[in-house]
Amino acid sequence: MSLRIIVVLAVLTGVTGSPGVMIRPEADPADMTAHPNSVPETVEDSEIYRQEVPVEEEAEEDVMATGELKPNHYQAQRAAKVVQHYLNTHYGSPFRLFGLHKVNSGNAEDVADSGRKYQLEISVQEIISNTTENCSAEVLFPRGEQQRSPKVQASCEELLKINSTAQEEALFQKYKTNQRLLSAQNLPDSYGHIEPDSEPLWHLGIVASSFVMLNESSENTLYNMAQVANITQLATENELLKFDCHILLHEMVSQEIVHWKLLFTWSPPEGVKVLQMEQLPHCQHHEKPPNTN
Amino acid sequence: MPEVRRPPDELTPTHVSLLTDTQHAQRTLRLRNACLLTPQISNWMAQVAKDHPDVVTKVEYGQTYEKRTISLLKIGLNTGENKKAIWMDCGIHAREWIAPAFCQYFVRQILQAYKTDPKMQEMLKNMDFYVTPVLNMDGYVYSWKDNTTRLWRKNRSPGPSGCNCTGVDLNRNFDANWGTVGVSFDCCSNVYCGSQPTSEPEAQAVTYFVGTRKEDFLCFLTIHSYSQLLLIPYGNPNFTAPNYNELMEVGLGAADAIRRVHGMNYTVGTSPDVLYANAGSSRDWARTQGIPFTYTFELRDKGIFGFELPEDQIKPTCEEAYSGALHIITYAHDKTFSGAVATAAVTLWTMLLAVGATGNTLM
Repeated sequence: MSLRIIVVLAVLTGVTGSPGVMIRPEADPADMTAHPNSVPETVEDSEIYRQEVPVEEEAEEDVMATGELKPNHYQAQRAAKVVQHYLNTHYGSPFRLFGLHKVNSGNAEDVADSGRKYQLEISVQEIISNTTENCSAEVLFPRGEQQRSPKVQASCEELLKINSTAQEEALFQKYKTNQRLLSAQNLPDSYGHIEPDSEPLWHLGIVASSFVMLNESSENTLYNMAQVANITQLATENELLKFDCHILLHEMVSQEIVHWKLLFTWSPPEGVKVLQMEQLPHCQHHEKPPNTN
Repeated sequence: MPEVRRPPDELTPTHVSLLTDTQHAQRTLRLRNACLLTPQISNWMAQVAKDHPDVVTKVEYGQTYEKRTISLLKIGLNTGENKKAIWMDCGIHAREWIAPAFCQYFVRQILQAYKTDPKMQEMLKNMDFYVTPVLNMDGYVYSWKDNTTRLWRKNRSPGPSGCNCTGVDLNRNFDANWGTVGVSFDCCSNVYCGSQPTSEPEAQAVTYFVGTRKEDFLCFLTIHSYSQLLLIPYGNPNFTAPNYNELMEVGLGAADAIRRVHGMNYTVGTSPDVLYANAGSSRDWARTQGIPFTYTFELRDKGIFGFELPEDQIKPTCEEAYSGALHIITYAHDKTFSGAVATAAVTLWTMLLAVGATGNTLM
């Protein structure tokens, strides 16, 4: 009889996942009462709630704004994105584009009467060659009445050695000697697709957008280019190529899509230079984007 | 009128379907067929339920502003008992097309695993999965309409009188610290939180369905894009979830699982820490209901393509996200169920020994 019981027990132990018996998860007492709504809690509940917050948390918040930053937190990430925009603005081309890969470390400090300065160690990827390099950078977000653009210094020697001159020259010649002026829309399209022939135009759009994104950035924004709605080559008399484009930027914090119209030039020696930029109003009733002449 | 090619039954709109080989047929679908979206998704769900009648049921649980039905697939073995549950919703934000694609992938994947994987069989025996492929159906259809609507985010309810814009940000409309931070009361804003908490029919549907079953739910996963993040409650920085440490630990485990698939890094943390503060999210609401494991998944990428993720990234994104989601779900399941048999066995052994020790008459 007892042998039979032992056998049953042995079998039972070997079986997994019996649905008949279930452990109720141990109720976390704080869990039961915690109800963090804006409706005022009883004092008791609030106390339980606050108890859950580690004591260091409050002090940590102050540390976050100044001093050593957590690399994955938004403060360092937003400042690092500004460095990306800076690199693309100054060094970007149809064959050289930079993306923020990782923030390794960051530090922030208030600079009296100037603003807040971030010091960052980041790794940056050159997207087309798929190389990643470490860079040091400094970003100063100015204080003051006017919304002024951040000032960036970055040292990414290895990445900037990437030689794309030959490809750029070839593309430049091709566009210069084209019979028709180029034009493309919706880069990428709704499905993330870009025709191979339009890729350089997409890259040019990213570089030109970076001017705007750099200009518009603050500690409270995170910009990415969502789409080149339209890019059109314009005739020029000189050695430069000239483009008119309508771009859509995605600002992460507000989640808004911001429309800009840009006029810019490009040549391999000079890089991309933005001549004019204008923010477009986007009322929800616009079915079509404004015509670009 | 361009010829409209009917896709195969299994196929859903281009960006959503993964497993078909007919890329060409997909591309033909394109933007001409926004109006076919609703029946296509609905038909796909019905087909899945029909193909797996023992484990899948299609459940209608609400209506959008434009009167589209909101449905989910309930997946699990019918044991006749009240079961624990996993919630997953996709497509709260219209333009985040990769999210509905993932919900589809997830459903297909668990049904595939169910055929051969004992662990999945165990989980489907112990739990029910409730998966909503597209919650904000009106917004999603609108984002398919033409090139100018692709980046729509909100639902499609009309603005309050005096405000000319459309739509409420559903992920600011839930009743969790509603209206306190990271929102706008301007109805034209993309983070407009609505006239009051749960004012929107889509948010009401979730609130009612999950709210009336809240003790059953172990996990509440809400899928978004982009930024490659796993977000834990709360969006309001003044509040910390009671199980914050556990949420972080399990989240980090999920991020590791994701990285093992294709090397992609997903950052884990609260919204205010790693992204921005925000109130009224579905995740926060679920946590306040006592559902222990609540996560927002922000899928690929990190800004190069953003919402317009290329087709060749759909499958890898879904594969890695599946791995991450499964990590969380398995943890929640095992925490609830695995100890059961061991406990029962220990109890019986103890009894036997006690009986034996008193020289009882079991012999």
